[in-house]
Parts: sequence; C-alpha cells; structure tokens
Amino acid sequence: MSLTATAGGRPVRLVAVSAGLSTPSSTRLLADRLAEAVHGELGPRGYEVESRVVELRELAVAIANQLVTGFPPPPLAAAIDAMTGADGLIAVTPVFSASYSGLFKSFFDLIDPGALTGRPVLVAATGGTARHSLVLEHALRPLFAYLRAVVVPTGVYAASEDWGTGGGEYAEGLPTRIRRAGGELAALMAARPAEPEPGDEISALERHLSDLRFD
Amino acid sequence: MQFGIFTVGDVTTDPTTGRTPSEHERIKAMVAIALKAEEAGLDVFATGEHHNPPFVPSSPTTMLGHIAARTEKLILSTATTLITTNDPVKIAEDYAMLQHLADGRVDLMLGRGNTGPVYPWFGQDIRRGLDLAKENYALLRRLWREDVVDWEGTFRTPLQGFTATPRPLDGVPPFVWHGSIRSPEIAEQAAFYGDGFFHNNIFWPADHTRRMVQLYRRRYAFHGHGLPQEAIVGLGGQVFMRKNSQDAIREFRPYFDNAPVYGHGPSLEDFTEQTPLTVGSPQQVIERTLTFRETVGDYQRQLFLMDHAGLPLKSVLEQIDILGEAVVPVLRKEFAARRPADVPEAPTHAALLAAARQEAAV
Repeated sequence: MSLTATAGGRPVRLVAVSAGLSTPSSTRLLADRLAEAVHGELGPRGYEVESRVVELRELAVAIANQLVTGFPPPPLAAAIDAMTGADGLIAVTPVFSASYSGLFKSFFDLIDPGALTGRPVLVAATGGTARHSLVLEHALRPLFAYLRAVVVPTGVYAASEDWGTGGGEYAEGLPTRIRRAGGELAALMAARPAEPEPGDEISALERHLSDLRFD
Repeated sequence: MQFGIFTVGDVTTDPTTGRTPSEHERIKAMVAIALKAEEAGLDVFATGEHHNPPFVPSSPTTMLGHIAARTEKLILSTATTLITTNDPVKIAEDYAMLQHLADGRVDLMLGRGNTGPVYPWFGQDIRRGLDLAKENYALLRRLWREDVVDWEGTFRTPLQGFTATPRPLDGVPPFVWHGSIRSPEIAEQAAFYGDGFFHNNIFWPADHTRRMVQLYRRRYAFHGHGLPQEAIVGLGGQVFMRKNSQDAIREFRPYFDNAPVYGHGPSLEDFTEQTPLTVGSPQQVIERTLTFRETVGDYQRQLFLMDHAGLPLKSVLEQIDILGEAVVPVLRKEFAARRPADVPEAPTHAALLAAARQEAAV
C-alpha cells in the first residue's frame, strides 16, 4: 500500500508530551499507548506518521531557566518547535495536588498563547486513584481551551488500578478508552488542512507589519 | 564606530559583602562611571529611566545635564527614554535644553518600558503601549521640526499654536534610536523614520538578535532611506574582565549567580554560551565582540553594561579602565579594517548639522 502524506507532501506529525517524573513512568506508558493508537488509526489509512515524545523531565532545568531568563536553552527550543509544528498533540500529566503537575504547566506557560490555535489535542492524566479523574475536565481541558486548541471529546485518565483491570459493567476498560481517544485525534489530524511550511520568520513579521501605519 | 556604556541604575546588594549602597551613593557612582568613561576614551554614556525602586534614575536629563557640565567629549544618551508614559512635549523640551547645555553631545534611545504599574501611575494603559509609542513619537518629531504645532491625538490634550522651547540646537533635533528586544513593530518604527535601531541583546541568543536587525535593515531600505547596510544599528554587551580569565570567572560568579535579572537560573557557563555575556580576558572580549558584526553586519554603536548585579564602584571603574586601555582601541582598529566604505558612522550633532546645511544649499 502506498503511503499518503498530507497535502503539503510531508508526513503527519504527532507529538506526545509526557510530564512523568519516574523511570519507567506510567505517564510515559500512557503517552506511548495513546501514540500507538493514533498510529494504529492513521497507518492503515495510508498516512505516514512521524512521531516524537517530549519528556519534560529531561527539560526540567531548561524550563526553569527560561522562566528566569526569558529565552529557551537550545533543547527546549527544539521541543517547543516540535510541539508547535505538530499536526496533533498528546498531552499527558501525572496528577499532583489535584491538578496537572507544576512542570507540565510551566512548559505550557512558555509557549505563545496563539501557538496551538486550532491544533487537535488529546488530554490524558495518570494518578494513584480514580477519584482524580475529573482533573481532565477541570484542569487540562480549560488550559487547552485557553490556548484555543481543539481538544478531542475523549480524555483518558489512568488510575493505578486501570493497568490491571478490564472493563466493567458500568465503564469501559483502559484499552477501549485509549483506542477511542486515539481514533478521535487521528480523525482530526487527517481532516486538518495542510498549512504552508513556516518560512523565514522575517516574512511572517513583515506580514504582521503590513497593516501598521505611521504618520 | 562608537563605544560606550549603558547603565540601568539599579541599587543592588553586593552579594559578596551583603552591603547595599544608598540611593545617594548609587547616583554619585553613576556620575563617577560616566566621568570614567570619558577619561577612558569611550564615546557614549547612556542612562536608563525608571520610576520604581530599586532603580534611581527617574530624571535622566538632570543627571545628564550635570555630567555634560563635567565632560568635554562624551555623548550623553539614554537607555531608554520612556516614550509611552512621558509627555512627548516634555521630552521635546527637556532634551532640546540638554542639547544646548551639552553643545550637541546628546542623542536618545526610546523604549516603551516593561514595568506594568508605571503605565497606570502615569495615567496610561500598558495594553496601548505600541499605540502610545507611535503617537507620542510622531508628535515629538513634529515638536522638534516645526516651530508652531497644531496637533490633536488620542493620548494627550490637543495643542494649538504651540512652540516647544528651546528650539533644537542649530535647528537639528537630537538623533533618535529606537530600542526594542522583541517587538517587530519598533524595528518597523525605526525603519520607517530612518532612525537608529538598538537591539539590547544582552539577555538574548544571537539568532534572535540577527532576525530583529535583519528586519530593521530590510524595512529601512523598503522605506527609501538607503541600502540595508546603511541603516544605523546599535547593540548591547555585557563583560567582566581580568588579565587571567580564570580570575575573571572566579570574581564574577557570585555576582552572576545572584544577579537580579538572570540569577538563580542558568549556569554562568550556559549563559555565556547562549548570550553575549563574556567573562574572561580582554582578548576574549575582543574576539566575542567582533563576532557581533557577523551576526548583524557592520554596526555603529556598541554599549557595554558594566555596573549591575551589585558590583562595587571600584570594580566597575577598573573594568572601564580595562575597556579603554586594552579592548576598545583594538576593537576600533579591527572594526574599521573590516568595515566597507559605504557603511556610515553613527550620526553626531556635527554630522547631522553638516548634512542639514548641505541639503539647504542644494
């Protein structure tokens, strides 16, 4: 089967941001499972998918440094560029004190407010107990709404117990939720109109300036 | 090419001694630094303008007027004059007065200011910062160039039949630089008027500086003021020197680690790699400064930040001596050797006056 690229003639880009701190981390595990689900949807439909995982743990000091100095050290700049240039984003955080982790929020504090406008995003979180599952709705969804991203309907919350149980009478199991969320993200990524490759930043500035008038 | 120093005017505790200078000591130290700059053969002294502690220079023309009386050659400038929250009428008057007192040794760098509360303290709204910068500067230019001004705008009371006095010295307004770190609109403003553009690059990676200066140069040519390489560019720099580079690093590190802007963040080594900060021997400073030319092209003004992070006055004066003895003479020669003939010098009052007379004669 031949591979379909986007209209721009390049592979579809998927970036998963994981704010897990331990190694191995269940947050990273969830990010990987979600990315596989997206691949599983897009691959058979002929899309070539280029994916990358951004591990915030490796960027923790760089993130703190940008908060202090105002500019990103090179590895952080590369991660931000990858994320803002992606066709779809998976954002996974552990739950700390009833919300996303501080590291996760600090990372998203560093991007321009318009950088994710219209971007399909899948939100996910991990925690020790299922009692925090609404963190997806009261913390992550509003954050990405502020960033004007398009958040897919299914958010995936994985409590420790989810890794060892199947679906029950009243709820779907983790694999089913992962598949559904991955499918929703894949559908939005596939439907996304191709954007022109970002050119010289100067020409973007010039476009921005074209309506400025001085007298 | 012009070399000089610029100062923020912060009162900062010396982290090695725990001593904090009084406002009076800091103000006198700024004057001593300016006098030392002239003695060391530098060209420019520029002071910041702030309206909140821990900064002392709220009244730049008072300080620069005093320095003008005690110097002969030094060009007195600002870094920056707040075009957003100052009344442009008062800027026109204050700097024209300073220009007369200093016999033309005056230019100024305009900036918007980044301290949020200063705007409401002066009756303005920070969200309108760019609009303020545009309208106020447009009025400032007219006040200096037209003897009688009728004007109406958004941000201040209208003027009918107003004449700003004194008129600029010899009818030539002070040269204006527009300072900006991140706003392309300000690069555009500088380009539109054919004014200078100063990129205060000291806390930024070279790549960012390159993009901002390229934008300014391209728009300068677009607006018909000359070729891109003829645009007037200034840069900042931040150095600490000792004969032996290890001594410089050892002595500067506690100041770096506790500095108000970037302290308690990246390591001295990382920051040195990612920004223009150079801590080492005079030779290292020379080599690093010459690379700025590769980043932005041949440029006209290089200002160094020397007196911050609580460095004691004695160290700052030593640094300016090293700059004057071992660094700037070499840089003058090296920059001159690399500079093509069509790249202009930074405009001085004498040069602007000669150009105005030539234009009048044509």
